[in-house]
Amino acid sequence: MTDPYVQAHSTAISVRDLVVNYGERNILNGINLDIPAGQIMVIMGGSGVGKSTLLRCILGLKKPNAGSIHMLGTDITTASTREMYRIRKKMGVAFQGGALFSSMSVAENIQLPLREHTQLDEKTIQIMTRIKLDMVNMLPHEHLMPAELSGGMIKRTALARAIIMDPKLLFFDEPSAGLDPITSADLDALIIMLKTIMNMTIVVVTHELESALKIADHIAILGDGRVLETGTPQQIRLSQTTAVQNMLNRKPRETVVDPEAHLKLLMGNNY
Amino acid sequence: MQKTLENIGASTISALEDAGRTFNLLLLVIWHLLQPPYKFYPIIRQIYFIGARSLTLIIISGITIGMVLGLQFYSILERFGSVNLLGSGVALSVIRELGPVMTALMVVGRAGSSMTAELGIMRTSEQVDAMECMAISPDKFLVAPKVIAGMLSVPLLTAVFDFVALLGGYFVGVFMFNVAEGSYMNGMIDAVVWSDVRLGLIKSIFFGVLFSLICCSKGYYMHLGKAGSLGAEGVSFVTTDAVVLSSIAILFSDFLIGSLLQ
Repeated sequence: MTDPYVQAHSTAISVRDLVVNYGERNILNGINLDIPAGQIMVIMGGSGVGKSTLLRCILGLKKPNAGSIHMLGTDITTASTREMYRIRKKMGVAFQGGALFSSMSVAENIQLPLREHTQLDEKTIQIMTRIKLDMVNMLPHEHLMPAELSGGMIKRTALARAIIMDPKLLFFDEPSAGLDPITSADLDALIIMLKTIMNMTIVVVTHELESALKIADHIAILGDGRVLETGTPQQIRLSQTTAVQNMLNRKPRETVVDPEAHLKLLMGNNY
Repeated sequence: MQKTLENIGASTISALEDAGRTFNLLLLVIWHLLQPPYKFYPIIRQIYFIGARSLTLIIISGITIGMVLGLQFYSILERFGSVNLLGSGVALSVIRELGPVMTALMVVGRAGSSMTAELGIMRTSEQVDAMECMAISPDKFLVAPKVIAGMLSVPLLTAVFDFVALLGGYFVGVFMFNVAEGSYMNGMIDAVVWSDVRLGLIKSIFFGVLFSLICCSKGYYMHLGKAGSLGAEGVSFVTTDAVVLSSIAILFSDFLIGSLLQ
């Protein structure tokens, strides 16, 4: 069933019946998700529910076992390498750990896509680099190496690199993870600004509830290998789904322990 | 018994998969070589890293091995009263065999290990994924320059190794054992023919491609093997594997090329 909110916007990415297994473990079990164009979609869920796996499938870094992912009109699960590179030129990704190239300075990291994909002269490349660095407040640090940066600076540099080509689609994997509240709020503000100014479709994978409710136009909550709930932040707040309410209220998992069985589990063959 | 057979089978499959990936990487490098635009700076940077920065090691090991050869050959030839063959013995051993093999083994230890570690760390820290997401082919950007630089650097380093090893042999023969300078030099010039030089050159080019492909493949495809889930420890595993496998491959292919081009 397509969400009414999504119906009102054209769809940038459409995921259908996505299944991913790691060996015998089933991680994603029939994911259906529409990501509206020009909006911020936040994919949420607890640790280990398959958020990052879903993102890797959408980025074309992992082949799913079944299902399809249509991005900018192409099914990327069956796309050739050439087609995939054509689509990737229109997207930017900020990885959880930054994934900055350790042998290049901040500026060189950001300039790499420009040098590889454009014929721009050196002066234009320098100006474009400074504009993006300024947007993320990293201009004074352009000559530093990744090893000399703090966690927040790494995330901001990764963001500058992700937007250097002015992509149509922007992906974030856990943008706030490991950051202090102020730096995290700065990043949230940046993400909203990118959507407003550059009209990008932004996909954020996170488990930070506060940040998600602040930046999202639309939220999808994952659990048990499927999408438990989708909707606007307001709709999610009012959701009656137990798993969603537990997440919103930070309620710990309720586990019934059978003392006899648990002792047996701990003692193994010695019981 | 069944467990042993299963282990042997699993190891064989794993080795075949490794070989397949390495061959696949070779095809990708050749494919990228044919695709414009051609960028020379990354290759020059790798030649500097593999070649120029290995120079001290090659000079020291070359001169030492040349001197040891001089000593050993002299003690053997003296028994038969043929010390005038010292120059030809040292020259043929160095140019045909020891030069290419020793140079390649030294370069594997110094540059090959760091190639594997660099690519392995890039793989575990998602740098390779980031590159793919930027629509930059990692095998063209990261692997191809290393393989081409390996192919060009090892023959150049072998030439340096040969030169200093011959100097080492000369020093021992002429200055330590008073072998006539003319006898040493003429023996060397008369014995070495073009086919010896060609054999050394072919070996060194082959070893250069072989070690760089194995070392790059081990790091680049690290995520596909067991080491992929081990993080830093996995990088150390694949680095050790790469050095051991490259060294064995060099020694074995030395025998094969030697037999074919004898």
